[in-house]
Amino acid sequence: MAEWLEEMQAQFVLNFMEEERWRYILDGLSVTLKVTFFAVILGIVIGILVAIIRSTYDKNKKEMRPGFGKFILTFLNGVSQVYLTVIRGTPVVVQLMIMYYIIFASSNNKVMVAVLAFGINSGAYVAEIVRSGIMSVDVGQFEAGRSLGFNYFQTMYYIVVPQAFKNVLPALANEFIVLLKETSVAGYVALQDLTKAGDIIRSRTFSPFMPLIGIALIYLVMVMFFTWLVGRLERRLRNSER
Amino acid sequence: MNANETLIRVENVQKHYNEGKIKALDGIHTEIKKGEVVVVIGPSGSGKSTFLRCLNLLEIPTGGNIYFEGIDITDVKTNINTHRQRMGMVFQHFNLFPHMTILKNMIIGPMKLQKKSEADATALAMELLRRVGLEDRANAYPSQLSGGQKQRIAIVRALCMQPEVMLFDEPTSALDPEMVGEVLEVMKQLAKDNMTMVVVTHEMGFAKEVATRVMFMADGKQVEEGSPKEIFGNPKSERLQTFLAKVL
Repeated sequence: MAEWLEEMQAQFVLNFMEEERWRYILDGLSVTLKVTFFAVILGIVIGILVAIIRSTYDKNKKEMRPGFGKFILTFLNGVSQVYLTVIRGTPVVVQLMIMYYIIFASSNNKVMVAVLAFGINSGAYVAEIVRSGIMSVDVGQFEAGRSLGFNYFQTMYYIVVPQAFKNVLPALANEFIVLLKETSVAGYVALQDLTKAGDIIRSRTFSPFMPLIGIALIYLVMVMFFTWLVGRLERRLRNSER
Repeated sequence: MNANETLIRVENVQKHYNEGKIKALDGIHTEIKKGEVVVVIGPSGSGKSTFLRCLNLLEIPTGGNIYFEGIDITDVKTNINTHRQRMGMVFQHFNLFPHMTILKNMIIGPMKLQKKSEADATALAMELLRRVGLEDRANAYPSQLSGGQKQRIAIVRALCMQPEVMLFDEPTSALDPEMVGEVLEVMKQLAKDNMTMVVVTHEMGFAKEVATRVMFMADGKQVEEGSPKEIFGNPKSERLQTFLAKVL
């Protein structure tokens, strides 16, 4: 036992302390957090927009009179459909590499490229989650809002979306957990995120155990913290109904 | 606007589905005058709810015109939202906003649509809550109320917009029997205060007692129309006679 502990301590010193290798971990962690944070925001913005376009189209296509408004909505709905199909139909690593090697071939800002790739990817999933939330709100809520005199978007904003958001919070939280872990493929475009940091250390020290288990624990702690945070938010939202 | 002035005029309103194969409404004509309480009765599937929902364009008629305060609201150029602010609606399933307190349910319309200050909107809301005896529930959430309380709140929420007319879509049909009375009581009070009302209901007692005019609908048509005395005391059409025989 004592021998094993000594061995672990030596491993720890070798992998994290020597040559200040912990700096890789710290820098990688900051890249991972940065990419995740901005990708989440981008994903939510895209997701809500696409969800509103899709559900507005579905709700109104029958009743809408032909004209410019209907043309625009039909067009936007078509774009959204293509977006959802392409993004959900291809692997995120491939999207990331296309973004880095083809679309932004001239750019050196890897963090920005990663934020765009992961954000656009996440947006597709968020869109379907939010749309399911909007559809889960009873149509009577929508009618009550309209009958008071709210227009379509006011009704969405004040009445439908707040209820939809609460309904889909668990699914959204799950999507963000997935996104956080998905950023671990950023190494494919030579972005030094947390996973890449662990891998670099492993390749220097030829001792895989410490760096890989180490970064796994860091991911785990981040996800657990986030889950706890969402749980609190959920309870608060639930309490505001009784 | 004077009494006896026409508030809503309905001209040949139709609602067809499947290219006219199904006629939910088949040419309705009527006029609703200020201060009238029009009760619409009829068997289920007769189109009475569809008719009511057409009045504020929750259902868009496939034909005909509806004039509210002299303006054709079925015209595509009319902005229906401003007119809906003057037409309160009460639903069968209450449709209170579950994520807002009772007070917030009541003041959100006046504040966002009529640009009232929170203090003014709250003052009016509390006054209305007092009138229906629920002022102590202002800060409760809808899920904490009974069905009868929810429907009374739904009525005063619509009243907060100070509408010209109130539309009731089977307001007591989703209630436990012992709660029907309290809701009808509020509606009777409203009628006494000269509110113009259009009520779709199965409560024949309410129709007899409160209505100034009863409209009987069947198969998307208005079959008979008249004072409660005429409709209940001397029904002319066979359709109405069989209906009354079943419900009375």
